[in-house]
Amino acid sequence: MNAPAEHANIARQHLIDPEICIRCNTCEEICPVDAITHDNLNYVVKFDVCNGCLACISPCPTGAIDSWRNVEKAVPYTLEEQFTWDVLPDTRELDQFEAGIVSGPAGETPAEVQQITDVATAGHGGPALAPWSASHPYINLYGPTNPVTATVTGNYRLTDADASSDIHHVVLDFGSTPFPVLEGQSIGIIPPGVDEKGKPHLLRMYSVASPREGERPHHNNLSLTVKRVTEDHEGKPARGVASSYVCDLKKGDKVQVTGPYGSTFLMPNNPGSSIMMICTGTGSAPMRAMTERRRRRMELKEGGDLILFFGARSPGELPYFGPLQKLPKDFIDINFAFSRVPGEPKMYVQDRIRERADKVFAMLMDDNAYIYICGLKGMEAGVVEAFRDICRARGADWDTLRPQLLAKGRFHIETY
Amino acid sequence: MSINYSERIPNNVNLSENKTLQRALEHWQPAFLQWWDDMGPDGSTNYDVYLRTAISVDPTGWAHFEHVKMPDYRWGIFLTPQEAGKKITFGDHKGEDVWQEVPGEYRSTLRRIIVTQGDTEPASVEQQRHLGLTAPSLYDLRNLFQVNVEEGRHLWAMVYLLHAHFGRDGREEGEALLERRSGDEDNPRILTAFNEKTPDWLSFFMFTFITDRDGKYQLASLAESAFDPLARTCKFMLTEEAHHLFVGESGIARVIQRTCEVMQQLKTDDKAKLRAAGVIDLPTLQKYLNFHFSVTSDLYGNEVSSNAATYYTTGLKGRFEETKIDDDHKLQNAEYEVPEVAGDTLGTRKVGALSALNERLRDDWIADVQAGVDRWNRIPAKFGIDFKFTLPHKGFHRAIGMFTDVHVSPDGRMLSEAEWTHQHLNWLPSDEDRLYVHSLMGRCLEPGKFANWIAPPSRGINNQPVNFEYVRFN
Repeated sequence: MNAPAEHANIARQHLIDPEICIRCNTCEEICPVDAITHDNLNYVVKFDVCNGCLACISPCPTGAIDSWRNVEKAVPYTLEEQFTWDVLPDTRELDQFEAGIVSGPAGETPAEVQQITDVATAGHGGPALAPWSASHPYINLYGPTNPVTATVTGNYRLTDADASSDIHHVVLDFGSTPFPVLEGQSIGIIPPGVDEKGKPHLLRMYSVASPREGERPHHNNLSLTVKRVTEDHEGKPARGVASSYVCDLKKGDKVQVTGPYGSTFLMPNNPGSSIMMICTGTGSAPMRAMTERRRRRMELKEGGDLILFFGARSPGELPYFGPLQKLPKDFIDINFAFSRVPGEPKMYVQDRIRERADKVFAMLMDDNAYIYICGLKGMEAGVVEAFRDICRARGADWDTLRPQLLAKGRFHIETY
Repeated sequence: MSINYSERIPNNVNLSENKTLQRALEHWQPAFLQWWDDMGPDGSTNYDVYLRTAISVDPTGWAHFEHVKMPDYRWGIFLTPQEAGKKITFGDHKGEDVWQEVPGEYRSTLRRIIVTQGDTEPASVEQQRHLGLTAPSLYDLRNLFQVNVEEGRHLWAMVYLLHAHFGRDGREEGEALLERRSGDEDNPRILTAFNEKTPDWLSFFMFTFITDRDGKYQLASLAESAFDPLARTCKFMLTEEAHHLFVGESGIARVIQRTCEVMQQLKTDDKAKLRAAGVIDLPTLQKYLNFHFSVTSDLYGNEVSSNAATYYTTGLKGRFEETKIDDDHKLQNAEYEVPEVAGDTLGTRKVGALSALNERLRDDWIADVQAGVDRWNRIPAKFGIDFKFTLPHKGFHRAIGMFTDVHVSPDGRMLSEAEWTHQHLNWLPSDEDRLYVHSLMGRCLEPGKFANWIAPPSRGINNQPVNFEYVRFN
């Protein structure tokens, strides 16, 4: 089915579920841009003010604040409408938009990509900027309506055979179709077939794990780090449709790809710039891309420190563990944190960060150092807390520093 | 997961820079933990509870979820950030800079306000300490524990203010807060409502919906205070308090939902049949509402009060949402309507707005409770059941203020002693009602299962599923 032309301009509207909301005022109190207001009946969100920063989401005691509907940009739900609601409006055809249906003309970010990105970058607590010396990214060259067909040229399991997680390194080749990417960007993959409702599958986003000139230099290809999803967020067995599809790809298979996406989680290019990378699991993909970029330019002696904090359950669960260990110590300062090694105390990335407090603090204070956090959402708070304590112990204030980091494009979070 | 935080007492008030204060609080800390061990939730020391911990006051840090043992919960001191150039917004000092230290002339009054607020926090933990043994589900058990640890943190917040700003007196008050006991004959808690028992989960839900809402209104008026550390402390506490109100409102809503489901199944509103089916009939819920509403109403104090006027004019305690009110914020010439009992008739009269501030706060609270009750009323309506919950008249079952010596029916009629004696058990829970509710209180601890008298919630905590293992018993 093709979307009617008038649906081409879709936005995700933030709403509050009046059935669950207890009108406690927490969201209105916390919203940094005053996008939330209320009358005697309901709390409502101003469509034209809300910037999707998500600062209101976690403090809401009920979850009512975490409500979204697709709307046409020109005709969002008005405040007057929201004030009269007893319940949220039903989802409409607009909300059913799937990959394969127009969700904006080519060059527009698909709604689901925007939503995933909003969630992934919520931890900034403000809009992020790319480093001043980042290369200019190409974005949204290919959308769900005009995906590019890539060919699988490699698929290797990265984790030990007995490891609890099955993580694959997958290489895609674009042949003669231009697909320029930078380290830190993502691509979309649309699994073939339809879901149980008979609708095309939604696209999924994966971070690129190879540097800009390709997994193999001067080839039009890129690599991904993909973990097979075997349980849902509740820990119940569940088969991840897209991740299983990607992990099971064979050499020669054809894949429908969209993107590239992402214009801020990019690495600095100026000689002498330092990079602090903090990741868990497949959050290592962009870190591998950046590290590999720097490794290939090692001989240019451009300077700048690399420090990596990498968390996993055990060495066998840690993607790229072998290759990472082969890197020269004076090229990159690697700090592994393993949480489930028998007989060893549990270590998390924030514990390693605290151990390296002096160096971390020096980099936080260095305008030429850039910080990247990627991985599970759960790691965010612990890392930020470690930064906060490290700053406090040295007479600085994280809450003052963070906006400065953001304003200088030095602080980047992508968590899911 | 245990995080090695750099300080024994997590805080955002640069505690380490004030060694004397830090030592005093670190000295108080073991006494607090001993109190938690003695008077906190019964037999819960070893449970892993899926708790929300504030690890900082910014949006990313203050709702951090993980399984922790309650004694390891990060009780700490968090104030909302200080605003530069903040001015007093009401009373005689309006327009002056807020105070970072306690002015000598208000020292004893402020101390009393802080101690009274602080005393309610451990009191409610004591009142609720046995409820864990009869939890209707893991989800509810977790919510109870979350409420308890946060009340503990609110005690910390008040003790910090006492230690930081009231010297030796403050330290002694801090110790006394751990020595009083809810319901104790010799050393009771300060306010009557906090010496009542919370014998069952229905009372707990009513308490968190109605009495914690009094907490919200008291905290909100203290969040306007000219004494800035108190204002900033209360502002952050309000954010946590919202969760307690949610536990109460959604708890009762789920009881109503379940009762309506059974009424529909059995096609009856007969109390005996519904009780035989193991649910709480709606009129009994109304009685509990009447009881909790009336005893909580007393917490606001006398309708006309010179103390309230003094608190306001001196800048110690503002009105609810003071800065959003469009008037002169001095109230010297304003009036406010309060109830009046004249002989055997009930009426109203206008008095100076300053002396009526307790009544005004009570009215704000009533409007807020009413809005919650209106939301409950949508549930029977949805089932096509003709039943509406109503709030009783302000004068019903009161022990403080101008209604103390009279009897008023829920619909606002003056009653003789004989009429009251004859009728009051139609309006307040009888021993039989309480025994019935008590008989339903069995423990239901299988993930995703709920006691028969309450419906599951519509969503889990922090986007977790309803059948998530919110508490692990080890």
